[in-house]
Amino acid sequence: MFNHFFTLEWKSFVRSASFSTNLFLKIVMVLGALYFIAVFTFLGIGLYYLLEKNNLDPFATVNRFLLYYVLIDLIIRFFLQKIPVLNIRPLLPLPISKNTIVGYTLGKTIVSFFNWVHLFFLMPFSFVLLSKGFSTIGVVSWSIGILALILVNNFLNILSANKEVLLYGLGFIILSISGLQYFQIIDSTLYTTSFFNILYSSPLSVLLPLLALVILSVITFMFYKRNLSLDAGLSIKQKEAQTENLTWLNQFGTLGTFLKNDIKLIKRNKRSRSTIFMSVLFIFYGLLFFSGSIETYEGPLWRIFAGLFVTGGFLFTFGQFVPSWDSAYYPLMMSQNIQYRDYLNSKWWLMVIATVCSTLLSSFYLYFGWEVYLAIVVGAIYNIGVNAHIVLWAGAYIKTPIDLSKNKNVFGDKQAFNLKSILLTIPKILLPMALYGIGHYLYGPNMGYLIVALAGVMGYAFKNKVFSIIENIYKTEKYKTLAAYKQKN
Amino acid sequence: MIHVENLTKTYGTTTVLNIPTLEIPKGQSFGLVGNNGAGKTTFFSLLLDLIQPSTGKITSNGIEISSSEAWKPFTASFIDETFLIGYLTPEEYFYFIGDLRGWNKADVDTFLSPFADFFNDEILNKKKYIRDLSKGNSKKVGVIAALMGNPEVIILDEPFANLDPTTQIRLKKIIKDLAASKEVTILVSSHDLQHTVEVSNRIVALDKGSIVKDLQTNAETMKELEAFFSKETAML
Repeated sequence: MFNHFFTLEWKSFVRSASFSTNLFLKIVMVLGALYFIAVFTFLGIGLYYLLEKNNLDPFATVNRFLLYYVLIDLIIRFFLQKIPVLNIRPLLPLPISKNTIVGYTLGKTIVSFFNWVHLFFLMPFSFVLLSKGFSTIGVVSWSIGILALILVNNFLNILSANKEVLLYGLGFIILSISGLQYFQIIDSTLYTTSFFNILYSSPLSVLLPLLALVILSVITFMFYKRNLSLDAGLSIKQKEAQTENLTWLNQFGTLGTFLKNDIKLIKRNKRSRSTIFMSVLFIFYGLLFFSGSIETYEGPLWRIFAGLFVTGGFLFTFGQFVPSWDSAYYPLMMSQNIQYRDYLNSKWWLMVIATVCSTLLSSFYLYFGWEVYLAIVVGAIYNIGVNAHIVLWAGAYIKTPIDLSKNKNVFGDKQAFNLKSILLTIPKILLPMALYGIGHYLYGPNMGYLIVALAGVMGYAFKNKVFSIIENIYKTEKYKTLAAYKQKN
Repeated sequence: MIHVENLTKTYGTTTVLNIPTLEIPKGQSFGLVGNNGAGKTTFFSLLLDLIQPSTGKITSNGIEISSSEAWKPFTASFIDETFLIGYLTPEEYFYFIGDLRGWNKADVDTFLSPFADFFNDEILNKKKYIRDLSKGNSKKVGVIAALMGNPEVIILDEPFANLDPTTQIRLKKIIKDLAASKEVTILVSSHDLQHTVEVSNRIVALDKGSIVKDLQTNAETMKELEAFFSKETAML
C-alpha cells in the first residue's frame, strides 16, 4: 500500500508543470541540506573538545542548553517544515483503511529532514562521550531521550498547524521561557539540566520522553483519523462573507478596479495574507544588523542588505508570484477586457505602496542614527526603482499555480512561505550590495548610498520599457502559462 | 461576425479540431453539439485565444483573434469555474466584471434586478464567497456575468450542465430573449441536444474534431440529430 502512495507522489512531482523549476530549487535545497548536515556533524564531533578547551564541563553545558536546542528546533519547524499533503479525497471511497492513509501521511513526516538531521549531531557527539568514558547505557538512553523530544516537536508542529490554540499556547510558552531567562527572573535551564542529567544517570527515565512521544503520536493519529471525512477535516471552512465596495479606489479608474481585487485577494486568502505578516517580520529583521547584536553583520555591505530587506518584505514575497496569485482564474483575466499594462500597473502600485509604508513604519530605526535610516531609505528607493521590476519580470516566468483555497482544510498545505521564496530573492540583493561596495570602498559610505539610490532612480526611468518587456513575456508565454495553471498541483 | 478559416488544432499526431471553413453571421444563435472529445471546448478556447491554433485563423468582427486583443471589449464568455474569482462575493464579482466593461455600480444593479428569479434568492446578499457556492449556483453567477456590458459575442460552454430543471428553463428563456434581439451573436455548446435545439437557430454537430452536421433549426432538426447520434452508437 505504501508503495502505491509513494508512486502517486512521485508521479505528481514528475508530472507537474513546474517540474523544471521545482527540480532546480530541489537541487539548491539539497545543497542547503548538505550544508546543515556538515554543520551538525562538525558540531557533533567538535563541540565536546571546544567546550573542554573553554574550561567548561562539556556534558553539563550541553545539557544546560539542550532546552533551547529543542525550542529553536520547534520554532524552525513552525516556519519551514511542510505539513504533509496527500491528495486524500480520491482515496476515501477506495478500499484503503483510514489507518493506512493517516499512517502514511504521518509516517512521511517522521522521515523528514528536520528529524534526521539531528542524528548528525547526536551520533558523533555520543561517540565522543563514549570515548571519554561515559557509560554506554547512559549515553544511549540520553540520545534516545533527545531524539524522542525532537519527534515530539514533529508532532507538536503538525498538530499546531491545525489547532490554533496549541500554536498560540506553544508560542506563549516559548516567549515566557526565553523572556524570564532574558530578564533573569527564572532560569528554566536549571530545571531542564537536571532532567537531561537524569536521562543519563538513570537510564530508565528515558521511558518518560518516549511515553510523551507515544501519547502525542496517538493524539495526532486520532486527530487526523477523526478529521478524515468530507464534512470534517476535508471540508472547507466557510466564513461569513462581507461585500466590500472600497469605493474610494474608484477615483483611480481601471487601476482602482484591480487594486480593489488585489486588496481582497490579500485579505481573504491565508496564503496571500502571510505576505503582510512577512513584511512586518522583515521590518524587524534589520534590528539584527543595526543593533550590533551579531558581529558578522557589522560590515558596511550589510547595511544596504538590511535596508533592502527591511523595506522589501512585501515586494519580495508578493511580487515574485505575480501573476501566479491570479492563477485560479487566469483564463478569465486572459479573455476579459483587460490590458496587461493596467494589470501590471496595479501590482506595481501595490508593491510601491507597501514599500513606502514599510519605510515609514521603520522610521524607528532613527534611534540608531541618521546613517542607519539613510540606508533604509536608499534600500527603499532601490526596491521601488529596480527590484519591483525584477520581481515582476521574474514572476512572469514562474508558472507554479497558487491554489488559494488549499490552506483551508486540515490536510492542506499550510506552508505560506517557504525556502523557495527566500532563495529567489538572492539575485535582487547582490547587485545593490555590489554597487554600494564600489562606492563605499572608492569614496566612502555616502557615495555608496548615492550610487544605489541613483540606480533606483534610473531603474524607475525604465519603467515603461520594462513593462513592455514583461507584457511581451506575458503574451509569448500566455499559452504555456494557461496550460500550466490548469494543473492544480 | 465570426469567420473560421482552415482551423486545426493538433496535439502531437492527434488532430482534435479541423474546421476548413465556418461562417457565423451577426445575430445568430449558434449551437454546438457533440460527444465528449468532439472538440467543442477546444473550439471555444480557440475563439477566446486560450490556446493557439496549429494552423488557420479565426476572425471576429474582422479582428484576428490570435494576433490582436481588440476582440476582448465586445466578447464575453463563461467556459468553466476558472472564469470565476473564488474569494469574491457574487456582488463583488459582478461589479468587477462591470468595471472592466465600463459599467458603474448602478448600471450593474439595474442589470441584475431582472435576474432575481433566476438567482432564486441563493446568490445575492447571501454573505458567501463564490468559492463556497454550490456548482450550480456558481455557474449561474458565471453565466449572468457573461451577459454584462452589452457584448456582441457571447460564448457559453455547457451552460445547462449542473443546473436544476427550473433554472434550465429560465436560462433557456434568457438566451432565447437575447437571441431574439438579433444584436448579439450567441455561441452555446452542450451535450444535451434538446436544450441546444431549443435555444439555437443553427446547430453544428462536431465529431472527432470535424463538422458532421450543419443545420438550420426547424421541426425536423431534433429527429435528424438523434438519428445521427444513434447511428454513431450503432456503429460501435
